[in-house]
This record gives sequence, C-alpha cells and structure tokens, in this order.
Amino acid sequence: MPRESIAAGMVARIGAGTIAGVTGALASFGRFWLFSGYTASFIPLEMTSVRGWRRFLPQCFQIGTRSAPVIMLTGMFIGMVLIVQGWAQFDAANMADRLGSIVIISLCQELGPVLAGVMLAGRAGGALTAELGTMNVTEQLLALRSMGADPIRYLVTPRFVACVLLTPLLTIYANLMGTLGAWGVYVLVFQGQSEPFWYYAEQTVEMWDVGSGLFKSVFFGAAIGLVSCYNGFHCKPGAEGVGRACTQSFVTSFILILMLDLFLGFLLNGLYSAWFGFRPLV
Amino acid sequence: MEIDHPVVELRRVSKSFGRQRVLDDIDLRVERGKNTVIIGRSGTGKSVLLKHIVGLLRPDRGEVHFEGQRVDRLTERAWVPVRRQISFVFQLNALFDSMTVLENVAFPMTENRTGRIDHKQIRDLAARCLERVGLTGFEKKRPAELSGGERKRVALARAIAMDPPPKVILYDEPTAGLDPQRSNGINKLIRQMQRDFQVTGVVVTHDMRSAAEVGDRVLMLWGGHFVADGTPQEVMESEEPHVRRFVQGIGEPGDVVTFTR
Repeated sequence: MPRESIAAGMVARIGAGTIAGVTGALASFGRFWLFSGYTASFIPLEMTSVRGWRRFLPQCFQIGTRSAPVIMLTGMFIGMVLIVQGWAQFDAANMADRLGSIVIISLCQELGPVLAGVMLAGRAGGALTAELGTMNVTEQLLALRSMGADPIRYLVTPRFVACVLLTPLLTIYANLMGTLGAWGVYVLVFQGQSEPFWYYAEQTVEMWDVGSGLFKSVFFGAAIGLVSCYNGFHCKPGAEGVGRACTQSFVTSFILILMLDLFLGFLLNGLYSAWFGFRPLV
Repeated sequence: MEIDHPVVELRRVSKSFGRQRVLDDIDLRVERGKNTVIIGRSGTGKSVLLKHIVGLLRPDRGEVHFEGQRVDRLTERAWVPVRRQISFVFQLNALFDSMTVLENVAFPMTENRTGRIDHKQIRDLAARCLERVGLTGFEKKRPAELSGGERKRVALARAIAMDPPPKVILYDEPTAGLDPQRSNGINKLIRQMQRDFQVTGVVVTHDMRSAAEVGDRVLMLWGGHFVADGTPQEVMESEEPHVRRFVQGIGEPGDVVTFTR
C-alpha cells in the first residue's frame, strides 16, 4: 500500500475517533443534565410525603451521621496545621495575635467547605456509587421499574436532597473543629494568649465568611449527590464496572468541587466588593 | 364474555444493539392462562424479548400490545398501571438487599398501594405469599442470608404479591444455577401459580427439562427468529436442525471449543 494511503487512513481513523469521542462526551453531558433535571423534579413530591421522608431520613444517617467523624477530624487537623505553618511568619511580624482570625477565615471561606466536600465525595459519594452500581448490575433498578416504582424518585432524589442539606451541616462541623484545633495548637503548643485569639477572631470574622462557605457547600453537595448517583446508574456490568464507576465518581466530584469553588469564589468576592468594598484583614 | 385478543402480543418487533440485530421481525401471541416457554441458546435475545413485554426495553421497530392496548410508545408514567398487572421474576432475582424478605415481598403492594388495603393487610398478604412458597419463618431474614433456591422462591413470592394478582408473570431463567431437585421445586411452583391464579406465564429458559414441565407451548428463538413453535413434545421431536441440535445438546457447525494445556 502506498505511504500516502496509509497516512490518509491513519488521519481518517484519528478523525473518526475524535468525532466519536466528542459526540460521546456531549451525549454523556446531555444525559447527565436530563438525569439532574429528572431528579430535581421529584423533590416537591418526595419532601411532602411520609414515604418520601421514610426514604430520606436513612440517607441523612448514611451520608451525614456516618461522615461526621471523619470530616470533623479532617477539619481539626487542618486548623492545627495552619497554625503550625503560619506561626513563625506572624510571630516574626509581631502579629501572632491575628493568626487565629486569618486561619478561621481561611477555614470558613475555603478549606472547611472544600475539605468537607472532598471527604464527603470520597466517603459518602463512593458508597452511593457502589450501592447504586451494585443495584444496577444485579437488575434491582430494572426490578424497581418493573414494579411501577421510579428508580430516580425512589433512590436518587432522597440521596441528592440529603447531600445538598447535609454538606453545609458537615461544613459547619469542619469549621468548628478546625477553629478548636487551631486554638488548641495556638495556646497549648505555641503558648499564645487565648483572649486575643478570640478577640481578633470576633473582630475580623464576619457572617459573610461563614455564609459564603456554606453557600458554596450547597453546590458541592449537589455535585457530589448527582455525580455519584449518575455514575452508579450508568456503570458497566461486573465488579470491575462498579469499581471504575466509584473511581470516576470521586475524580469527577473532586474536579467539580474545585471548579465550582473557583467560579463561586469569583462571584462571591465580586459581590462582597460591590456591596461592602475592600476589607483589610491585618 | 370471551376475550378474543391475546394477553400479550408482539407484532414484527425488531431490536438491535449496535450492529447486532437480536430480534428480527418477531411475531408472538401469548395465549391467556397458558405458560409459553421460549427456549434458545444464551445470548439469542430471550431476556431482551421479555423486557419488551414489560417496557424495560423499547423496540426499534414493531409493536407491543398488552390486553389489546399498544404499550410500546407509552411514557414511563403511563407504563405504571400496565406494570401493576405484570410481574417479572429476574434471572438474578433482583431482591433488595437493604430490605427484609417480608419487605421485599410486600414491596410491589406497598409501592402501588391504592388505599384499598392498609399496611397490616399488605404484611398479612406478603406473609401468605411466603407461606405459599414454603418460606414461613423467613420474614425477618435478609436476602444475603438465603440460599440460591430460597432467593428464587422469595422472588416468586414477590411476583404473586399483588392485589389483585398479576395477569402475567414473566420468568427469566427461573431455574438457572439451581440443582435438579430445587429446579423441580421451582417448576412445580410455576405450575401451581398458573393453576391457582389463572395467571399467564412467559418463561425464558435453556433448561429443556424445565421447559417440558412448565410449558403448554414452547418456541425456540434462533438468529432473531422463532424456528420452532409447538407443544413441548412437538418441539422435542422437531426435525428442524437448530432445534434438534439444541435439544440434543450438540454444538452448532462453526462452534469452536478448544482446550489448551
């Protein structure tokens, strides 16, 4: 075969592969949004019926209560390590008293919601994908449909609502434990004064800082719930398929959390500047 | 009054997955009150055909009718009242792991409760269904604690746990993975359900003994078409080459089985 023909064949194959890849990605994106819309359409029905609450409350336990210890622990260690990392610089600048307030703002605005989201994506999101994926490959989703129950209403909506409502709650836990951890290291390890720590925290940390973090965490929770359930519903057959879906679910949730954090950060900072102007922290 | 239309009818149904055509212009009329058995090799589209009857798959071409009503174009919501009249026993049983045996059996009634029966009546009816399949005392167990045969019986109990009972029960490989004695027990239960509830059965299997025991009519699916249709005896004695080879367990020409050390 002439070289030109081989080259043309390769280009054609690459082109066809690219088109198939892009088309597949677009189709998957479209399916995800249809899935999300369908899930959201059942929220009023589910949250106003006794049966809906019977499905919702166990999910609160699974997603919220069971994730609380690991998220509280993560928050606490992050608060502690931020003090460890910042102490030398702030002490050298004779501003150690202000370190606590800076750490608390970082926790409330960024690290609390992001870390709570990431931990939730790993712990609860992975479990959701594995559970729904197993139900998918063992025909339990088909069985639900065959018995007149909508699997999205029955399985996804309660899990989605639980993720949306509980991520902010878990973020509050992460923030609180982070603050306590920071205070503990500040006072017990570096012999800082407790009174100025809380005084500057009270002076500097605003409701906006806490509220903006919680606002972001609602979106993180929604992303975790939808991505985890979508991957479970669309996983390939077999143990390998479920395993891959769990990995994909965590990776996608993680990237989405970071992307949402960036865009919401821009939005919230812009709003703050427009409404309140510049705020010096030190 | 005599009902003249079949309970389930497929007209020129075709279904492909990618380039593979699984069903090719299939016609099927399922007679009321009888057990219709569909046999065929693995991967010939038997389960695909069953899923068309209950709307879990939609045909690429053709029509599916239930009780004279065309159903293949219904929305998911419009399928619900139709599905209340059809039960499906899945190959892997599809019992819900998070529920007890009693909750599994009661699920179709709980989910489709119309206010005619209360929760206590649902539990009593579910317990009676379990009794009917010989599983009294298993109510509080979880599916994971049961053997394969017991799970299959729970799936059968769930199939009849409807008020009123279903008009059609679809069985997907009901004896797959069971020993001959347990298979025999399941076959007897299928016959018992047909007798007690006058329910129409569509059974998909590749177990010829099971087909002969439960079937009033047997069809064989091959290459997207039915190549045999008759009583179990007629199909067993058929001279059609594919049917003969299937019944006798002889490989098709071109089947390659190699063993390497």
